[in-house]
Amino acid sequence: MAVLRPAGDFDRSYKQDMALLRRPWHYWLLGVSLLAAFTVPLWGNAYVIATVNQVAYTIIVVQGLNVLTGYTGQISLSQAAFMLVGGYASALIVTHAGLSFFIALPLAALVAGGVGLLFGLTSLRVKGFYLVFATLAAQFIIPWMSRHTFKAYLGGSNGAIEAPVPRLGGLYFGEASNFVYISLIVLVITTVLLYNISRTRLGRAFVSVRDNDLAAELLGVNLFTYKLRAFFIAALLAGVAGALKAHSQRGVGTEFGYGLNESIIYLGMLVIGGLGTNLGPFLGVAFIILLEDLSDLLGGVLAAALPELSGQLLTSFRPIFFGIALILFLIYEPRGLAHRWQLLKAGWRLRPFSR
Amino acid sequence: MNWPLVPQQFVTGLLNGGTIGLIALGIVLIYKSSEVFNFAHGHLVMFGAFLTWWFTGGGAEPGGALIDLPLWAAVIAALIASMGLGLLIERLALRPMTGQPLLAIMLMTLGLAQLLEGVTAVLFGVALKSNFPTPFSPSDVLVIPFPGAFGDAIRLKYTLVATFVVAVVAASLFIWFFNRTKTGLAMRATAESHEVARSVGIKVSRVFGLSWGIAGVIATLGGVLLATVSGVSLNLSTVALIAFPAILLGGLESLGGALLGGFAIGLVQALVQASRLIEVRNSAEIAPYLLLLVVLLIRPEGLFGQKRIERI
Repeated sequence: MAVLRPAGDFDRSYKQDMALLRRPWHYWLLGVSLLAAFTVPLWGNAYVIATVNQVAYTIIVVQGLNVLTGYTGQISLSQAAFMLVGGYASALIVTHAGLSFFIALPLAALVAGGVGLLFGLTSLRVKGFYLVFATLAAQFIIPWMSRHTFKAYLGGSNGAIEAPVPRLGGLYFGEASNFVYISLIVLVITTVLLYNISRTRLGRAFVSVRDNDLAAELLGVNLFTYKLRAFFIAALLAGVAGALKAHSQRGVGTEFGYGLNESIIYLGMLVIGGLGTNLGPFLGVAFIILLEDLSDLLGGVLAAALPELSGQLLTSFRPIFFGIALILFLIYEPRGLAHRWQLLKAGWRLRPFSR
Repeated sequence: MNWPLVPQQFVTGLLNGGTIGLIALGIVLIYKSSEVFNFAHGHLVMFGAFLTWWFTGGGAEPGGALIDLPLWAAVIAALIASMGLGLLIERLALRPMTGQPLLAIMLMTLGLAQLLEGVTAVLFGVALKSNFPTPFSPSDVLVIPFPGAFGDAIRLKYTLVATFVVAVVAASLFIWFFNRTKTGLAMRATAESHEVARSVGIKVSRVFGLSWGIAGVIATLGGVLLATVSGVSLNLSTVALIAFPAILLGGLESLGGALLGGFAIGLVQALVQASRLIEVRNSAEIAPYLLLLVVLLIRPEGLFGQKRIERI
């Protein structure tokens, strides 16, 4: 970890050096936050439960984007399209192959990962801007295909198919208050995986590709395969999140979003949270989703006050607030909320000499 | 292929391509002078169309219009307003970002796009505005006899022909401005190298502002042309997105290439619709992006762009 530590604070064993949880308060924080998250269905109302569920699967998709854009530096505008692939794959596997959702989830992730690999192939030829356009093309082509090809399976011009309710033995995950457990457990798994990816050979290779691809190649990092791995992981996690979203909304298709707008919002969440940090997706996703709910609230209040303008006031504040937040963060805090958190921690440790 | 439809679609596509090329020109202009790829250009196009529509008094009840200008005056007013908007965007949003990495600048333009979309929706409403004034009625059709085509003639709407003429004249004017006037040459010098431009006495920050102002003007003009054909709505920004494949096809650094790329994209979109297969006809909205993928894989620098050689 590249965190500055005070003099005299060093690790005495390999095990200590590799530990993720290093201080007593790390254990406390983790315990309390896990407890708070997993008891949400017991104390939260319907809004809180639904929001926690939405935040959980959105964090997973942004974590995937973080691997691709934050660590590897390959900008992608097609994360929502890979989510769509995952959602469709999972819904189709459960409906037509009759498999359980819990088997369909990893399969759907693999399908989305495969599609991600396919579009990642363009990174062999192009980078920077040009790669953005390749992913932009993917973001247009995949939703189009869901509407215009294999209409019997993909819903055709309805733009949606049904995603069955997951069951496990006698358990039935039809309500958000049950489904949120699945989302949270998957989120814990992906978080542990990503913490470990970011500090092993794979993660260091990703960072070296981002910082200087020529130097990385000279060091023996095979650019092409590592870029493809990043694309695969990003699409894999998008697929997981897509499957979770599809089954918690009980449907999947272009009617439920998954457009260019969503892809842009995921990038914005990542930058506001902090690129290339493990904490970033958590902070960014929570911040933007709460901001969206706030803007819906404001839009609702204003629409009630000015009923003749309600059509244009109800939905317009989301893009305005998101745009302003993104612009302000890019100008004043381009390293995101995760950097703020680091500053806060350092300030606390150095008190009273901070500032 | 449904051959009798081909001549008609060919000409229609070419005419549509003029507008796409003009919109693409605005993006290339900014890219050339400041290396910013403007993802908000489509939203500037849409905003310009809405502004023009508002200046013609389209938003008010009949009789009680706040402003009620004839079309030409409304266009001029909107052009001036959007030039101001371009200057403002450069000064407030892009100037602080100088020297930031590609992703930050790209996200800045994407954030601007979101902001513009929301502001447009609040100011003008989300419904399609079909009362955009056009100099010609949709039934004014130019009929050119063409044996072998469907009905032995090619039918062209006057509106389409007029937008094509305006687009091509405007694009040629901007290319002339860029290649022949002193200001244009200063912009090209800035595009070449900021340091060298500074050392010969060109104020780089002014050139950035100017290029954003001009891009605002081009965007609004493109928006007016799109609006005369298809009405004013929030969808215009998506329509303008097909300028991206046009730019990559022509090459990121080439103004003429952007225009030619626009023609090519217009042609592809129209010719796809002359197919007998419904699946192929439906692909008109993604055909430009398929072409984009092919271009990226075969010739990433486009037809007229500079080949990038990397120094170690």
